[in-house]
Amino acid sequence: MTITTNIRLAIDIGGTFTDTVLVDGEEIIASTKTLTTHQNPADGAMEGAARVMAQTGRALDQVTGFIHGTTLATNALIEKRGATVATVTTEGFRDILEIAYERRYLQYDINLEKPDYLVPRERCLTIRERMSAEGNVLIEMTDEAIDVLIAELDQTGADAVAICLMHSYANAGHERRLREVLAEKRPDLVVSISSEVSPEAREFDRLCTTVANAYIQPLMESYLSRFRARFAEEGVNCPILMITAGGGMCTIETAARFPIRLVESGPAGGAILAARIAARAGIDEVVSFDVGGTTAKLCLIDKARPQTSRQFEIARAARFVKGSGMPVRIPVIEMIEIGAGGGSIAGVDRLGRLTVGPQSAGSEPGPVAFMRGGEAPTVTDSDITLGYIVPDTFAEGHIALDPNASKFALERVIGERLELDAVGSADGVSRIVDESMASAGRMHAVESGKDLGSRVMIAFGGNGPLHASRVARSAGVKTIVIPPNPGVGSAVGFLFAPVSFEIVRSRYALLDEMNVVSINDLFDDMIAEASHVVKQGAGVAETLTERTAFMRYNGQGHEIEITLPDRALTSTDIAPLTAAFETEYGKQFSRPVPGMKIEILNWAVRVATKEEAVPAMPQAPERKKITVQSTRPITCDVDGTAKRAAFVARADLNPGDHVAGPALITEPQTTTLVSADFSAHVDAIGNLVLVQDQKGAAQ
Amino acid sequence: MTDLSPARLQVMWNRLLAVVEEQGQTLIRAAFSPIVRECGDISAGIFDADGRMLAQAVTGTPGHINTMAEAVQHLRAVFPTQMMKPGDIYMTNDPWLASGHLNDFLLMMPAFKDGKVIGFTSCTSHLVDLGGQGMGPEGSDIYDEGLLIPPCKLVEAGEPNALLLDIIRANSREPIANEGDIYALIACCEAGVTRLLDMMEEFRLDDLESLGAYIIDTSRRGTIEAIKEVPEGVYKNVLRMDGYETELEIHATLTVTSESMHVDFSGTSGCSSKGINVPLNYATAYTVFALRCIVGSDIPNNAGSLAPFTVDGPKGCILNAQRPVPVAMRHTLGQVTPDLVLGCLHQALPDEVPAEGASCMFDLPMRHAPEVARDGGREFAIEPVHNGGTGARPHSDGLSATAYPSGVFGSQVEITEAVAPVVMWRRELRPDSGGAGKYRGGLGQRIEMTASNDAPFIVFLSVERLKFPALGRMGGQAGAPGRIRFRDGDTDIPGKGELRVEGGDYLILETPGGGGFGPVTERDPDALALDLKRGLVTKEGEKAYKGAS
Repeated sequence: MTITTNIRLAIDIGGTFTDTVLVDGEEIIASTKTLTTHQNPADGAMEGAARVMAQTGRALDQVTGFIHGTTLATNALIEKRGATVATVTTEGFRDILEIAYERRYLQYDINLEKPDYLVPRERCLTIRERMSAEGNVLIEMTDEAIDVLIAELDQTGADAVAICLMHSYANAGHERRLREVLAEKRPDLVVSISSEVSPEAREFDRLCTTVANAYIQPLMESYLSRFRARFAEEGVNCPILMITAGGGMCTIETAARFPIRLVESGPAGGAILAARIAARAGIDEVVSFDVGGTTAKLCLIDKARPQTSRQFEIARAARFVKGSGMPVRIPVIEMIEIGAGGGSIAGVDRLGRLTVGPQSAGSEPGPVAFMRGGEAPTVTDSDITLGYIVPDTFAEGHIALDPNASKFALERVIGERLELDAVGSADGVSRIVDESMASAGRMHAVESGKDLGSRVMIAFGGNGPLHASRVARSAGVKTIVIPPNPGVGSAVGFLFAPVSFEIVRSRYALLDEMNVVSINDLFDDMIAEASHVVKQGAGVAETLTERTAFMRYNGQGHEIEITLPDRALTSTDIAPLTAAFETEYGKQFSRPVPGMKIEILNWAVRVATKEEAVPAMPQAPERKKITVQSTRPITCDVDGTAKRAAFVARADLNPGDHVAGPALITEPQTTTLVSADFSAHVDAIGNLVLVQDQKGAAQ
Repeated sequence: MTDLSPARLQVMWNRLLAVVEEQGQTLIRAAFSPIVRECGDISAGIFDADGRMLAQAVTGTPGHINTMAEAVQHLRAVFPTQMMKPGDIYMTNDPWLASGHLNDFLLMMPAFKDGKVIGFTSCTSHLVDLGGQGMGPEGSDIYDEGLLIPPCKLVEAGEPNALLLDIIRANSREPIANEGDIYALIACCEAGVTRLLDMMEEFRLDDLESLGAYIIDTSRRGTIEAIKEVPEGVYKNVLRMDGYETELEIHATLTVTSESMHVDFSGTSGCSSKGINVPLNYATAYTVFALRCIVGSDIPNNAGSLAPFTVDGPKGCILNAQRPVPVAMRHTLGQVTPDLVLGCLHQALPDEVPAEGASCMFDLPMRHAPEVARDGGREFAIEPVHNGGTGARPHSDGLSATAYPSGVFGSQVEITEAVAPVVMWRRELRPDSGGAGKYRGGLGQRIEMTASNDAPFIVFLSVERLKFPALGRMGGQAGAPGRIRFRDGDTDIPGKGELRVEGGDYLILETPGGGGFGPVTERDPDALALDLKRGLVTKEGEKAYKGAS
């Protein structure tokens, strides 16, 4: 840190809890969890902020940086609480949404319904106009056509409009003109145009993204302005920056224009935190593992950079099945999310197969042990029965647990069908859920052409540290890192995000025959646009620009991201770029295919403030085995036998302290289970590091 | 010996399923053939030492269900286990052994543990080009269709057979892509074996016997329980199809007993002289897929869940085509066999089976006309895929413009236009094309296109249901048949053969709608009103819902 006073506040509003973290420079000086106040989320945020201020004796007007992330945008899409949207597409393409990819997302389910893309056909309008793939006008858009459209729009009762004309990524002229006319003639309409929201080829994805943006825009605009006003009243005088799904920050103005970029921004914070830890500890290959009450999220992080993607799906209808949601094309940190968490419900199907999730008991009614009316045994009930969750220390004592209720539910629902006792049932539940988390991670790694077993797992979230060693064993992972404050990991991550903006734009080219002049013009435009956005949030701070091309062999599916030099391209760049692509292709697919033509459809620019240098890791402290004062009975997750686990408060551990598994290391918002085949030590900066013993997994 | 409690066995079963899915994903990632990437036209499976299938990836097309299981048995019969060495991989693309046409390569690799074969992994993928007439129905026999490779050793102790690869390269228009696909298949087999052995190590398994027995027994039991829910009996159905040079009938007799379902194609027309004939293994795959959508769909595919389903047909009928008839486009009719057999099952389970749908996808390979290349014009080759409507379900409308039984992705117009000199002027639902009924069939779509540069191009057609529409059930009406024509032409264009589109031609393709379910008189008035409001049914089309007897 270069500035002397650097008090920064991060607030992450989640579905159940609002997490607040206050840092002074690099040091976390306070953190807290408050309940999310759905009626007015700013209330819960204010409560959290007030609490950390009180704890540290600071005032809100001393805050020099304020970063905010929220699930509000995501929830509005999932709960269908957005605007009434009409779409405008090119004549002949009224049914882009309904036709979609012409595909059923579950092969054997003849009764499935296609996802709801938010705009029914009666609000899908078209206008006569047409661009070619090269961006040439094939049919002009006339004033008469616009007038006819406006009359039709009036009939729909829409309060937001998503405009997505064919090939507008190549020529946005018609979309812009239509927006101008609408702004003049129907100023109350909120208008999103696809060439700004997501200028990529593929009309269905681009329209979906534009629809989703338009759908949440009125809501987010008003939320953001109220949030800002509320904190300004209480003394905050620094700008509030919003965290985006891509893991960067943007201003409230940018967020209000492109609210779709805020979707799934909370989990992005966790990935940023994991990347920061990886950078500091010098770990090249990481998988972050974030488990809450309902879902588990995994992200692959190479050389301290989370894997990114240009698309994801929101509001997956059917059990997290791929293809059952609404595709959105924006730059995001790529994560796999599965329906497995503490609240996931266990049962036995008609074949006698033990099943866990994706249904979740959530926080209401919650696990059986919470005694709030839950009757179905959950993963948390199994963890209690196995002795991993110690009732008197759970949730800082705020939630009373009844371990017997967990046992009875497990016996009744699972034990009776499978002839197991409560512990045997709990052991089975644990094995199934941990295997499914590991298997989702392995699959995700395979889809990315990567290996999971060689990675270090960085685990956080309420249930991450509890399941880390069990999942690591299934995944073949040998080392686990658990950062300080793992329960509020995402909010901590916000504090390390750069101010950034990324734009992806389509323009088709064969690498050999690429017209560099036109590509350079494309980049100039994109950089100007992204820099403008970043400047608003970053002021005079130094920025860097990254240029990328997404290349693939002609006709092949998978694009490979190739970094371009940060300058105008010349024709002499073609040969080294070809070589770079073939090298990378060889890395990912074991061998290049010389002689195939290389094509490029998408180009990206990212402008970001320079990341601060990562402080060097202090020298590793000397290891010393701690004297265990207390133990608790557990069922060993390795061999299913009864054992006694060391019972240690994390707060009592110092750098260098070493404890052999089995052990339970507790802290206010979570517990770390150190399995019998692992041992744990604290590194120089307070991370808990779990290492699997040399002998490997024992059965 | 490890603890084999049900929960542990199930964890291992889950792991095997994960391994085959990972194998499948490895293959899709590295594939060159567009159909593989877009439709996941591949499969991957794990087999025990006796060649019984324990797990199979759920991929985009049902054409590999149990074709792979049978192929592994064929290869094991040709190559005795005791002759196998670690690192060996066996293969064939014989349509009657692998997956119904030459483009599908099937590989099998033994997995060794402690010097003993404990199981096999297998995978299948569609290669771009095997020479001959290429992917189209124009061949007159299998020899016209390209290179057939009998069962052979592709890799010997880790070394690929160089001569064989040379031969494959020399016999293809796409030698580089083919080679890439073959290496992807090899990598997929090897990845499967490695993961299988890792898993056995982790769970301390010496062999797959107990695990295999658990998977197969559980699955067979669950499947038979599901079959017991189906009333026993003999159910017959006939479909009339467009065919190529002549119209066809396909027949099925479904015999349901307390623990099995058998389908027989007796009565089905003989083979075509063109490549729309279907080897029995492929017809079986789609037939069993359709039955398993209704009966026991919660159980994964393996030797246990597949065993109760058997399929047969007289040799030489078009659904049991014999060598050397041409079979390149076997999916055209293969994709309709679900409608055929579901028509039988419907008689047993009237409340569970949907109406007929468009079924056969509008797969539209197109490329520049030969003289365009000669004159230095823009060359291209693309294969857009579009679908018609699915049949109405017993409790809901059919899905518009949606693939079934295939799991193919429809193409995006902007991508098609970026890579080929064509303009698609329209891609929109066809109002009134969904069969009327208590529940309406899914709508077909209308696609209009021209060349963007006035250069002629060729479309290779092999589509169905232009003459005979998808029929309704329980009083529901038929969907609209498909239609292909030029805007300025006088006659409709048949669904099979090469179609030349001149620079000035405006081509209109309409995909079929799905059949309706239940009598129109029972259509919910609100649902009909909504269809009218949305323009899915027009004033004219509304007549189908009135005056119905």
